[in-house]
Amino acid sequence: MTLEVLLFASYADAAGASRVQVVVPDGATVADVVAAVRAAAPAIPLPKRPLVAVNHRYATPELAVAVGDELALIPPVAGG
Amino acid sequence: MRTTLVGRPIDVAALTREVGAEDNGAISLFVGTVRNVNEGRAVDGIEYNAYAPMAERELAQIAEEASARFGTRHIVIEHRTGYLALGEASVVIAVGHPRRAPSLDGARWIIEELKRRVPIWKLEHYVDGTREWVAQLPTGEATADA
Repeated sequence: MTLEVLLFASYADAAGASRVQVVVPDGATVADVVAAVRAAAPAIPLPKRPLVAVNHRYATPELAVAVGDELALIPPVAGG
Repeated sequence: MRTTLVGRPIDVAALTREVGAEDNGAISLFVGTVRNVNEGRAVDGIEYNAYAPMAERELAQIAEEASARFGTRHIVIEHRTGYLALGEASVVIAVGHPRRAPSLDGARWIIEELKRRVPIWKLEHYVDGTREWVAQLPTGEATADA
């Protein structure tokens, strides 16, 4: 399946885009998506275990994803 | 309770009134402002960028948790986005409570959670014309490899 992953702040600047498209097998997990993003956009300075949000909630690496989910890579936050 | 991202200046007095109630003995305010120096570099202003739907959701969630933890529904949080000049308020947290201790503790707890969880980023504009995304201190899962 083809999924889009939203990018923000330093990740978006590094990729030169606000989203990246990846192809992963059906039943793929958040960890699989992260691995696919590393391959598709190696310029993004991802840490070992980047924060990922699925449908606006922080997700664990084991969570399965599906077409229609809103996926986002969350750089270290700096609000306040 | 009310939480929101805003694209205009935050009215601190209005938020103070909003959490007022006759049974409150205290209103605590936290006002985060844009500082002129960060890590030795002269700052001109800061651009706040949010993953808006998730930031709104996290702000609302933090207010609910604070309400359960500190025992008040008189909580308002506004966080600004866009470009802010020096001294402008980026975030205001107002907590009304019958007692001063939970009111103060609640405001402190909310700002710490907000800084830890809410997907908002700061692009600092420096006086020398350069810009850089602010990197928070590494926290667990977000720790970089390097």
